[in-house]
Amino acid sequence: MAPPTARGPRPPARPPQRAGQPGRGGVGPWAPQRGGRAAERGAARRGGARRAMAAAATTAAGRARRGTPMFSQKELTSKKRDEFEDILEERRLSSDLRYAMKCYTPVIYKGLSPCKPNAIKSVVLQSEQVQYVIKQLAKEMGESPDIIQEEAVEILDEMGHSMQLGTVRFFAFTLSKIFKQLFQRVCVNEEGMQRLQHAIQEHPVVLLPSHRSYVDFLMLSYLLYTYDLALPVIAAGIDFLGMKIVGELLRRAGAFFMRRSFGGNRLYWAVFAEYVKTMLRNGYAPIEFFLEGTRSRTAKTLTPKFGLLSIVMEPFFKREVFDTYLVPISISYERILEESLYAYELLGVPKPKESTSGLLKARRILSDNFGTIHIYVGQPVSLRTLASGRINLCPYNLVPRHLPQKPTEDIQEFVSDVAYKMELLQIENMVLSPWVLVAAVLLQNLPAMDFELLIEKTVWLKGLTQTFGGFIEWPDNLCAKKAVMSGLTLHSNIARLINGHVVLNDKGVEDGAVGEIVFKRALVILMCSTYRNQLLNVFVRPSLVALALQMTRSFRKEEVYSSFSFLRDVFSDEFIFFPGISLKDFEEGCFLLTKCDAIQTTQQEIYPTDKGSVVVSFLSAMFRPFVEGYQLIFRYLSKETKEAFTEKQFIPGVRNYVFQLLEKGTTQCYEALSSDMQKNALAALVQLGAVKKKKMSNGFSYSVNQEAIHKILDVFDARTPVQKPVAARL
Amino acid sequence: MAAAAEEALSPSPCKAQGGSAGPAAGSIPKKRQEILKWNGWGYNDSKFIFNKKGQAEFTGKRYRLGGMVLPTFKEWIERTFGASLEHKTTSRASLNVNDVPPSIVNEEFLQDLRATKISYSQDAEDRVFRAHGHCLHEIFVLREGMFKRIPDIVVWPVCHEDVVKIVELACKHNLCIIPFGGGTSVSSALECPEEEKRTIVSLDTSQMNRILWIDEKNLTACVEAGIIGQDLEKQLSESGFCTGHEPDSMEFSSLGGWVATRASGMKKNIYGNIEDLVIHIKMVTPRGIVEKNCQVPRMSTGPDIHHFIMGSEGILGVVTEVTIKIRPLPEYQKYGSVVFPNFERGVACLREVAKQRCAPASIRLVDNAQFQFGHALKPQVASIFTSFLDGLKKFYITKFKGFDPNVLCVATLLFEGDREKVLQHEKQVYDIATKFGGLAAGEDNGQRGYMLTFVIAYLRDLGLDYYVIGESFETSVPWDRVLDLCRNVKERIVRECKEKGVQFAPFSTCRVTQTYDAGACVYFYFAFNYRGISDPIHVYEEIERAAREEILANGGSLSHHHGVGKLRKRWMKESISDVGLGMLRSVKEYVDPNNIFGNKNLL
Repeated sequence: MAPPTARGPRPPARPPQRAGQPGRGGVGPWAPQRGGRAAERGAARRGGARRAMAAAATTAAGRARRGTPMFSQKELTSKKRDEFEDILEERRLSSDLRYAMKCYTPVIYKGLSPCKPNAIKSVVLQSEQVQYVIKQLAKEMGESPDIIQEEAVEILDEMGHSMQLGTVRFFAFTLSKIFKQLFQRVCVNEEGMQRLQHAIQEHPVVLLPSHRSYVDFLMLSYLLYTYDLALPVIAAGIDFLGMKIVGELLRRAGAFFMRRSFGGNRLYWAVFAEYVKTMLRNGYAPIEFFLEGTRSRTAKTLTPKFGLLSIVMEPFFKREVFDTYLVPISISYERILEESLYAYELLGVPKPKESTSGLLKARRILSDNFGTIHIYVGQPVSLRTLASGRINLCPYNLVPRHLPQKPTEDIQEFVSDVAYKMELLQIENMVLSPWVLVAAVLLQNLPAMDFELLIEKTVWLKGLTQTFGGFIEWPDNLCAKKAVMSGLTLHSNIARLINGHVVLNDKGVEDGAVGEIVFKRALVILMCSTYRNQLLNVFVRPSLVALALQMTRSFRKEEVYSSFSFLRDVFSDEFIFFPGISLKDFEEGCFLLTKCDAIQTTQQEIYPTDKGSVVVSFLSAMFRPFVEGYQLIFRYLSKETKEAFTEKQFIPGVRNYVFQLLEKGTTQCYEALSSDMQKNALAALVQLGAVKKKKMSNGFSYSVNQEAIHKILDVFDARTPVQKPVAARL
Repeated sequence: MAAAAEEALSPSPCKAQGGSAGPAAGSIPKKRQEILKWNGWGYNDSKFIFNKKGQAEFTGKRYRLGGMVLPTFKEWIERTFGASLEHKTTSRASLNVNDVPPSIVNEEFLQDLRATKISYSQDAEDRVFRAHGHCLHEIFVLREGMFKRIPDIVVWPVCHEDVVKIVELACKHNLCIIPFGGGTSVSSALECPEEEKRTIVSLDTSQMNRILWIDEKNLTACVEAGIIGQDLEKQLSESGFCTGHEPDSMEFSSLGGWVATRASGMKKNIYGNIEDLVIHIKMVTPRGIVEKNCQVPRMSTGPDIHHFIMGSEGILGVVTEVTIKIRPLPEYQKYGSVVFPNFERGVACLREVAKQRCAPASIRLVDNAQFQFGHALKPQVASIFTSFLDGLKKFYITKFKGFDPNVLCVATLLFEGDREKVLQHEKQVYDIATKFGGLAAGEDNGQRGYMLTFVIAYLRDLGLDYYVIGESFETSVPWDRVLDLCRNVKERIVRECKEKGVQFAPFSTCRVTQTYDAGACVYFYFAFNYRGISDPIHVYEEIERAAREEILANGGSLSHHHGVGKLRKRWMKESISDVGLGMLRSVKEYVDPNNIFGNKNLL
């Protein structure tokens, strides 16, 4: 972190010059410097020369590693990040109304002539791309093109945003009020905002935030408004349109709506893709969408969806734009607004439909405290830099660019790699609160734990997390006891301090039927695990090495690697791994374990050190719920007798199975009740070939390959070694 | 060698049906250095200088610009490149003969050569002059260093039969021949491969420069391949004809060179490119002579063998005689120009003109940067009246019509033909231009635009004196990608310069120079101030390479008319596929199995 002394008054520092990155506002002879406006205004807004922006240069070194080539080994030491600023602080000091009515003139994409939302729609409608599909369909269906054109107009009207400054100001006002109620602080890395400001002027920008809550996109737009940056247009699910008034309000604040599935509808696809690309190509606004596709109910990053990403990348592939910036944004919540809703949902209580009345009912949460939000705007990643030397553009040169074209295999692979890279960048900058550590420790010590021990363990875990590159927000002067206490206070619905012991807050468990007890317990454990989960993607590589060590009961490197590789495959939908670099992940895991003295490695062998057993057993215990949970789910499937089943049958089936085992007390693995884990396990089996997935008219059907499932179970139980060709060079 | 070839190669005296024996007196003497610069472009007497008042001036009387003062040019250079007249580099004043690699020629060959009576030279200057084309790095080497490998001997055949003898001797003694025409290559095609151990013979075709006959009934002329463009047109015009083939290098480049590189001329819209003009080609190869049995407008006899020859860049043999289409001299010529509010509108207009197939002899569209550049080269106006008129024009366009002088762009036009038809044609084109927001901007601007084409090549030498290096390169691209390609390539150049540590933003500009039914030819100029860079040529080459990558990624071609040479070889496979490359290779292997024509171009 930048030393406080480095923060001088304005003018805002020029960001460091870097190849392929924005924000290289140069000196004299190069084009005049455009940026810095938001920075200045931002600083002015704070009533004088507030620091922050000037810190840019000092942390330059820390940013050097972001945006490195795709496969570079992570540099895990010396990770430095930008400083945070609380944007609510000022809102508490000055008028919200004046803030909402402030002069808002964001900098925009170079050479852009602003364009009304309706004009964009007509450009889309008249585009060669859409017209081509309309004519094709008209020919195929024997319809008049006019009728199909009408359809396209309807689709556009349903989809298109109609951003209005008035609505934006309305949101600026109300959200100020609401956010101040809900959150203690909203912290932002201002350097990130400054980099974003440069990027927006230079090339089309795609914002890729993590998705944990509905607050995400409201907060992001609010943030951009605060910093006087162009407001994004946001891809939202069509479900929002079900909400009266709110849907339309969101539309006017810049949301555009996509149907959940439209694979088969060529007209819809064409109109949608062209709509997104038109906005991107012309830089009318940054485009924002969630790689994860939906809110992660577990706070664990979901595996990425590729559809929208490949749409926004296409203009670059076709060289309709010079470059496109992808900006990973990590939004971390100290306490997630929807935490209990999520837990219910994971346990099979259906998610309430988005409705305005539901929203109004939810207003009681306004009296609750949800702690701090951290928003880390990552270094914009140049798509051009990512693609250099990787993509053969010949296919695009040989077909007119307006024809719909299925991406080639190497393009698909590239899109997938970029998606994973962006998610890994999101994960890297997720802020972990002390409570996350507490939750991780607590879950290994149920049902109750001595308070002092908890503090000691938490501090120990803090060190380990930092060794592994985790980004912990733990103020230097905050003593451990206070940090843990404040976490407990904020999350009193999950755990409480009683007589020097910390216990789960599962009120009402004592009385009631067995089933109800299990359910309530599951609820609180799932809520608690939501916080531990935030650690998992930081810990997963060393932990899988630790698990592999235990599974193999051998110290031979290749065998450990085989087990690691097996686990990585099994958990490929559970955690985020960059595709195809199993060996690198293994090496990284080993490196981190060596770094904290947990293991020693020789040419052929890996073995835990004496004092390392604490680390190794902690790490494997951390992931034990997943190992056990998957085993339970696999075992359920190994008993599956039906020829074929759907996901709708599978989820309740496995839930009942686990529920019964919990009631009987034969397992303690409450997390296996999570529908998220169940789906991931099923998807893993499909990838491993143990379950066959078939497309039916109304969704997918699955059938089990018993032999394959048993084999996998045997590996888990360490009855048979992993049979897998070992990587040639370890 | 086959017996048949043996027979064909048997010596026989030069026979020129239409002309006298021996070469005609051309514009360029055998000793080229007598009137051409040894370390730069063009004539010794023509160059840009800064006069005592510090104003730019173009010397000599050969061009319209000659002797004129260019009052705003200095300021433009300083503003565009951040260059200063105080920072000057100087080239070596003359060739240092001691630096020149020695000529290694074995005595037996020399004896055989003498026996043929073909003129030759082992003089250092002669050899160095033929060791290069006009790529930036080549000129830079001339100014500051020396080539590692240059021809060992220069020969001057005066007719087809001489060439046959030379090729025969080269086969006999296992020598390497590099044909040399006008020396205007910009693809490193003339550079000698450093690793070539054999004696390198530079076969200078300049003395084979006669028009052998003119056939007025069929409108064709048979011409020796060494004739240079300006002589060809001058001599044809004496009989009232022209070829109409006018590449920008036509003052110096040769007919044989055009064939060997698939050249394109400015007025191709009326006369066609070289492949449209050529009726018959005679080429001497190590395998024998290749030619057709008749001179017909078209034939269906398998793939056209002319297409193995055109663009072969000297790797198969020497083109000695070409029968080329001729046309009666046009009755009337008229220049014109149109101002567009922006480049996009201009391109749209050119596209429409191409669509309606009503392109004038030449139509070119320069972007804003090049428009300003052209403006900076405006000579001092003699009368107050002209300057008043200029001011009025400027006022009309920028204030009345609302064109942004930093965005607008200009198309230059050249009409040719019957007076009446030209005027009709002109109206048609201006009508189209009006639809795209274009405003007619006068004949004078148009004419100056074309004159600049010839003069612009001289500018590089001036730049080199002030730490500014630059070059042009070209491509062809489908219509729908023209705008994207132009924007992306320019941007790429700017970005690469920044990344490579170039301290001042580069001059990066383009123009659309040819229109076709399906696309256009785009020409880029790129120059930068290299002060503070230790290895400017390397940096330059890296940037040019990146720009070419960008062109290819944008769906542009490797080259429209400059050719591949050695400069762009690395992209050949990508450009024409493995099999395509193999096809060319197999032709080379058959025609020249011992690689006598070993300039290593193309493949």
